Amino acid sequence: MKSFFPVVTVVAAVLLIWIIAVVPMNMHLTADQAQRDGLAVSPDTPIARQDFSGLGLAVRNSHLIPLTYVNVRPRLPSPHQIAIELYDTVIDKKITSKRSLVYHGWVTLAPTLLGFAIGTLLGIMLAVGIVFSRVMDRSVMPWAIVSQTIPILALAPMIIVVMGAAGIQGILPKAVIAAYLSFFPVVVGMVKGLRSPEGMQLDLLRTYHSSNSQGFWKLRLPASTPYLFASLKIGISASLIGTIVAELPTGAKAGFGARMLVGDQYGQPILSWAALFAAAITAAALVGIIGMIERGTLRQMGMKPA
Amino acid sequence: MYERPKLQSLTPSTTPTQDADGLSPLVIRASNLDLTFQTNDGPVHALKDVNLEVNKGDFVSFIGPSGCGKTTFLRCIAGLETPTSGALSVNGMTPDDARRARAYGYVFQAAGLYPWRTIGGNIRLPLEIMGFSKAEMGERIKRVLNLVDLEGFEKKFPWQLSGGMQQRASIARALAFDADILLMDEPFGALDEIVRDHLNEQLLQLWARTEKTIAFVTHSIPEAVYLSTKIVVMSPRPGRISDVIESSLPRDRPLSIRDSAEFIAIANRVRDGLHAGHGQG
Repeated sequence: MKSFFPVVTVVAAVLLIWIIAVVPMNMHLTADQAQRDGLAVSPDTPIARQDFSGLGLAVRNSHLIPLTYVNVRPRLPSPHQIAIELYDTVIDKKITSKRSLVYHGWVTLAPTLLGFAIGTLLGIMLAVGIVFSRVMDRSVMPWAIVSQTIPILALAPMIIVVMGAAGIQGILPKAVIAAYLSFFPVVVGMVKGLRSPEGMQLDLLRTYHSSNSQGFWKLRLPASTPYLFASLKIGISASLIGTIVAELPTGAKAGFGARMLVGDQYGQPILSWAALFAAAITAAALVGIIGMIERGTLRQMGMKPA
Repeated sequence: MYERPKLQSLTPSTTPTQDADGLSPLVIRASNLDLTFQTNDGPVHALKDVNLEVNKGDFVSFIGPSGCGKTTFLRCIAGLETPTSGALSVNGMTPDDARRARAYGYVFQAAGLYPWRTIGGNIRLPLEIMGFSKAEMGERIKRVLNLVDLEGFEKKFPWQLSGGMQQRASIARALAFDADILLMDEPFGALDEIVRDHLNEQLLQLWARTEKTIAFVTHSIPEAVYLSTKIVVMSPRPGRISDVIESSLPRDRPLSIRDSAEFIAIANRVRDGLHAGHGQG
């Protein structure tokens, strides 16, 4: 709770900047509309107004400023417009409706969670291999790093198309892309975690003449737990981003990515922004849930939470 | 989630070799021991021509400046390092066989308790690895906690204990599986002097009660003289033994013995040995 006030302060500052920015960003659109509605606008032709900045127009037409907050198709929606859209599509709409963000959220969340599970499992397995096998250490790690340098935006449609050609559609292609992004932080974190026991700890086990598998289960794995959770937090948000990216370029009909694209294509920025916020809130919630599991697990293990 | 430990025979595999006269069983014997580490800066002569015999029930201290090879020698005894040449036997076996036979308990400079295990759980660690039965584990944990004066702390986690208590728990861990030999590498080096005095006193009592053979690395002259029946003075570059002092102090030693003339005389001889070694180095 110590971070409550700093967080609120930052959020308030961002909101303030946003609210101020709405005026100049939307001024030209608002002035055009006001003129069509028969209000006095200065200067009085759109071409003449092009020479003015948004701020300059706002100063000259201060009576139009309130109207910049209620544009139907604003360049920058005001926070309350997004809040209303979110309320409308999350709370009011039935979750079976195609306009419900809860419905779209689930369409995105399911492959995110599946991809996260696949990525985490793959990441842990690769990390164990890398720690115990010299060959894998030399061969797998460079490829894992290279895999993350390929722009996912370019790769995602290829994966979808290739898997589609093989008859695999629906949740799995998106989950594969989510896994592709989330396995990497798990590999890196788990390799570091499994290697975290110092020489003394390993020597102690040697004095007991313990086997490699005993060393793994009794020392390396428990020692890696805090590292694993740090990776999982990065991994789950990467999974969500992967799923959304997978929805963007492939003409997906549902999901946060599809909503963002629809809003863009049909000139409804409020729709895109609402989807964007819903995705951000979902990501924050997922990271928060993992943080809670982390605290619970570490407390259960008797370790002081870092 | 833990795999089931393999069952092992619990009979102590320690069969001390008899000396030539058949009277004092020899536990550790090193002859003409040499150890050279190959490093990036060229070879480092860590041990040179080390000869030593340790009898059953001895309390041997290794003392010397850093770099004299005292810890390296202890690690050789433990089978954690392999000498380049010379012969070393522990309980009549090679050090590596002795390690496999779990002939010794090793106490490191840091307690090194697992933070995710309770004190009892930490002491259970070697017992799990060696495959003791559940009932026996519980019994042994109780017994060694009593030996190091930590009854009632079984369910506490390491961070809830002071540094001195943690080190006592790590000694209990080394005692839990009843090895005859206790190897201790500067176990109290990181503790303040008051705690250290107290632990030294307790260690002597523990040694008297358990009749173990203890090899103890230290860089404190009073600690070495107070604890030991045999003091091995070592000097650096290359690491070698410059003096071996058989202590004439009685086995029963109150802390006040450190003011006796005999104690001071032995301490002076240790100091002389250290200076001589330093001069040559």
